[in-house]
Amino acid sequence: MKKRVVVTGMGVVSALGNEINEFWNSIKSGKCGITSVSSFDVSNMTTKVAAEIKDFDPTLYIDKKEAKRMDRFSQFALAASKMAVDNSGLEVDKVDKYRFGVVVGSGIGGIQTFEDQHDILRDKGPGRVSPFFIPMMISNMASGRIAIQFGARGFNECVVTACATSTNAIGDAFKVIQRGDADVIITGGSEASITPIAFAGFCSMKAMSTTEDPALACRPFDADRNGFVMGEGAGILVVEELEHAIKRGANILAEVVGYGCTNDAYHITAPDPEGESGARCMKMAMDDAGLTPEDVNYINAHGTSTEFNDKFESSAIKTVFGDHAYKLPVSSTKSMTGHLLGAAGAVEAIITILSIREGFLPPTINYKTPDPECDLDYVPNQGRKTNIDCALSNSLGFGGHNATIALKKYPL
Amino acid sequence: MFEKVKKIIVEQLGVEEEEISMESSFIDDLGADSLDIVELIMALEEEFDLEIPDSEAEKISTVGDIVDYIKSNS
Repeated sequence: MKKRVVVTGMGVVSALGNEINEFWNSIKSGKCGITSVSSFDVSNMTTKVAAEIKDFDPTLYIDKKEAKRMDRFSQFALAASKMAVDNSGLEVDKVDKYRFGVVVGSGIGGIQTFEDQHDILRDKGPGRVSPFFIPMMISNMASGRIAIQFGARGFNECVVTACATSTNAIGDAFKVIQRGDADVIITGGSEASITPIAFAGFCSMKAMSTTEDPALACRPFDADRNGFVMGEGAGILVVEELEHAIKRGANILAEVVGYGCTNDAYHITAPDPEGESGARCMKMAMDDAGLTPEDVNYINAHGTSTEFNDKFESSAIKTVFGDHAYKLPVSSTKSMTGHLLGAAGAVEAIITILSIREGFLPPTINYKTPDPECDLDYVPNQGRKTNIDCALSNSLGFGGHNATIALKKYPL
Repeated sequence: MFEKVKKIIVEQLGVEEEEISMESSFIDDLGADSLDIVELIMALEEEFDLEIPDSEAEKISTVGDIVDYIKSNS
């Protein structure tokens, strides 16, 4: 029989706070974490804003020497993991080590380290490239570091599916526990790609908003949206087999009930205008969970604020939900957090779980001008109270990746 | 010179200055691993403007070994 899987701990590092309550209060009140970029000069770049974390001190969570040997994305991941494990009340030395896993991804990995070491290669030669360059830069190092930190010797992998990364990570972790191969998995994603070369690359793709006012740059589903706004940080969840969680008296935050994963097989970066694979992905998660369209009370959309994403995602939702789509609140919390790329799905899963627990729909802020092609209820500008039993969270990534997880109130 | 070396070791290995003596072993006393030692040697080469060949670097195990090498080669 399939095992049931629940979430028992959550941790977040973001521009809206490095503590769950502070973060959730910001989201509920519609606070925007986007500001002018301050960590490097953007005067000659087309995008000027990002959801930067200004005050992150890794030594609050990590030994100083170890922190120096980690890229920022691993520091974020480790900090959020510690918060999530604390939040779960898990006594790690009592968990069966080989049934304790980690599935944490990053869309891009240690790109600041890559830039720094490339400068050294160019200026000082290969003999000065750090022996820590490779272990700091590779994307799987967050998963490796977390395993070392908690002695987790079981199932371990790093998912890399661009902006779908951490929804895929949570989905994979869910399936591993469901089929009986682990009791507890630390899962989610981390990203620290607000660096000159990553920023320049996204600017060249014309993918990011060119609006200079940070408060107005990210406008998901609005007719005047003009690109996404990059964020950074990490979202980490402790997922656990239900009986394991009950036995240790854990505080159960929500149940993971379904997972869908498809690919557009269409274009390297542009979403398929037909949106068929995106729709199939949501349907797959709902079928996996045994949900009808009417069972779903909220969708945390990918909602990047790009012209194509928001239009095609809205149309995919209508394909799956039919008439119910118009009664189904759909919001993009990226309007507040920015787009955390590989960490986005996990941060949004956390928001979705908090929404379910509190019966509160988080808003899409900066919504002013309706777009006839985006005609759903996007919970514009103000959050509102409502009962949420089941919700979906969507993530879509370059490479045509689609991922959806279904989350349910526990106990229902 | 020992003072200069000490400063670099403190910076590279994140240890306290008081922990470092000529007899300290990088691995056993100062908690370094093989990658730490490679990076430390790079920092010393930079500071003292010298090249320590791999064959010599492999022989270094204590702070004294480093100090002696630098004394006789700079």
